[in-house]
Amino acid sequence: MSFDFLEFLKSLVSLTISDYLRELWGNQPWVDFLMNVLGVVILSTFCLLIVIFLIWLERKVIARIQRRIGPNRVGGRYGLLQTVADVIKLLIKEDITPTGADKVAYLLAPFLTVMAALMVWAVMPFAPNIIGVDLNIGIFYFLAISSVSVVALLLAGWGSNNKYALLGAFRSVAQLVSYEVPMILALLVPILLARSMSTVDIVNAQTVPYLIVAPLAALIFFISSLAETGRTPFDLLEAESEIVAGFHVEYGGMKFGMFFLAEFVSTLFMSGFFATVFLGGYRLFGLETLVIGDGWVIGNLLGLIIFFVKMFAVYFVYIWIRGTLPRVRVDQILNFNWKFLVPVSLALVMMTAVLDKLLPDTFNDFARAGAHLLANIILAMITIEILRSYARRQRKLASDDGAAETASGHDDHGHHEPAHEPVAAH
Amino acid sequence: MTVEQIVFLLISAFTLSTAVIVVTKRNLFHAALALMATFLGVAGLYVTLDAGFLAAAQLLVYIGAISILVIFAIMMTRRLMQTTEPAYNAQSGFALVTAVISFGLIFWVFYVFREFWPLIPDAVTPLASKPIVADEILQGSVVVMGRSFVSSAAYVLPFEIASVLLLAALVGAIIVAWPKAEDKA
Amino acid sequence: MIPLSWYLIVSALLFSIGLYGVMARRNAVAILMAVELMLNAVNINLVAFWRYTAPDGAVGLTWAVFVLTVAAAEAAVGLALIISIYRRRDSVIAEELDMLKN
Repeated sequence: MSFDFLEFLKSLVSLTISDYLRELWGNQPWVDFLMNVLGVVILSTFCLLIVIFLIWLERKVIARIQRRIGPNRVGGRYGLLQTVADVIKLLIKEDITPTGADKVAYLLAPFLTVMAALMVWAVMPFAPNIIGVDLNIGIFYFLAISSVSVVALLLAGWGSNNKYALLGAFRSVAQLVSYEVPMILALLVPILLARSMSTVDIVNAQTVPYLIVAPLAALIFFISSLAETGRTPFDLLEAESEIVAGFHVEYGGMKFGMFFLAEFVSTLFMSGFFATVFLGGYRLFGLETLVIGDGWVIGNLLGLIIFFVKMFAVYFVYIWIRGTLPRVRVDQILNFNWKFLVPVSLALVMMTAVLDKLLPDTFNDFARAGAHLLANIILAMITIEILRSYARRQRKLASDDGAAETASGHDDHGHHEPAHEPVAAH
Repeated sequence: MTVEQIVFLLISAFTLSTAVIVVTKRNLFHAALALMATFLGVAGLYVTLDAGFLAAAQLLVYIGAISILVIFAIMMTRRLMQTTEPAYNAQSGFALVTAVISFGLIFWVFYVFREFWPLIPDAVTPLASKPIVADEILQGSVVVMGRSFVSSAAYVLPFEIASVLLLAALVGAIIVAWPKAEDKA
Repeated sequence: MIPLSWYLIVSALLFSIGLYGVMARRNAVAILMAVELMLNAVNINLVAFWRYTAPDGAVGLTWAVFVLTVAAAEAAVGLALIISIYRRRDSVIAEELDMLKN
């Protein structure tokens, strides 16, 4: 048979656009430029389009958790086109700017949010050699860009000329700025272990996934990423049932749609980032470097699939938590952050740094992982013990107060009698 | 004009024009927005100077923290924004003259020593163009910087002093801004 | 190719704009913003000199980070002072704050 199917597939994969353009124009500088532009366009289009699927997925899973059916009218039995219908509805709504709004701030805010949500994807390693740009400061870049998105909330809150929007923005900024601290500290642990801030280096360093090496860091990062993306139980940013919709109460139509979109894009990014930093990204028992036939690197494709499976597994956990947990109060959020997460993550960073330095070089990756895991478990137990003794003290205080209140009548006599005694002695 | 020069000129024009807005706009909130844009432009200048780490730090510290603080301060003192008081004080003309003179002095230095500081790109002196350095060295400058922060031969003392300064500023800011008991009454 | 002096001129312009802002504005917050502009101008100088004269070390970068730290501390304390003064005197106009005059 003259037609070899495998050969055909191989030619399809190995002749990339870059090769084609080089054949067409030769080795010109604008080929690189065009490739970069293409990469940006493809990546951001992917991020924006996948949101259509994500919204459907979230509604469907939440519905199943709450024993409902979820969208099932538009687009067949499973309601696959529900989001498309919603987007069309948003697009044909009237475009309103509230009276007295600060036009610059009001119109700039939605764009800034979406921009920040898309820009972070540049450092996400999808598969071996498939990454926007492998910065040597990849994680730091992510933190820098995500701190810019706080500005957008403030702009939206101020620009709307609405008290509730402004209050919602203040709340959100307080929450986001606070939870940046434990997030940075938790991300320091993988940086320390991999000795690099580049996302690719961190993936390559994970012979053992960091979820096992540093489970506490993974947990802290996960909690603070919930807060950073404003999802339940930290969804005070919108809190539909309390403050209408927080900072974007005055936004309608597609301007609101952009906030909504940015939220989903950044949640997906957080799941991908968690998969990259703590679950080993595109790595799975060396499948990502698999080569079959005469030099056909199927590993790239497998790596992409592995990465997506991991990313959506983490995303499912986000939805699961949203379907399970109630919302917490604003003071509880801040207390939990400053009095619990920050001290624990500080102790964790210290412990990891010292332990990593103390471990002898003769240890291989698995022995190091075991030692780190043990230390993490010990730290977790110490933390739980401190929490328990604190809770016990609180309970004791509460029960003492209760006893004092119920016996207050007798207590008065009890306090007065010693004062009378000296008189009686006279 | 090379691409590099055009990019540089665009970023500089953006930075300087937004900086002018910062000092001239009466609406303080818009001035703070322009300040953010200036910070962004300066971060862009850092990128053209191959200092990616510093550009990211600029975004994180200046835009993510300092600008937010400034906007919070503006909102907390916002009653003043509605007033139609003049944005400038009596000495603004004198200030303009001083600013122009200070820039003129600096430019004059460049002009007098133009053999050493070439003003045009085609000169052959060492400062006429960016020295070509291997990528590894530029990428490694973050590592060199990190090491110099903690090595006793370099900057461990300034580093510690800076961290103590930050802590003191943090505590001090909280104490200063804390509402007094009599204020509440 | 960009000569070093271009960066220095941009930095000098930014510094002069900041200087004008510090001297001419009445609002204390605006003055603080102008000070931040001046600090940024200094940082451009530091980084430009690092890149043109000693790119294999990191002296310029290190000092730029120190300037960043001090700027953060300055902004925090300065804004806290402004808010405190606003509570007491209901004003953030720099020339009206003359309690020490008499």
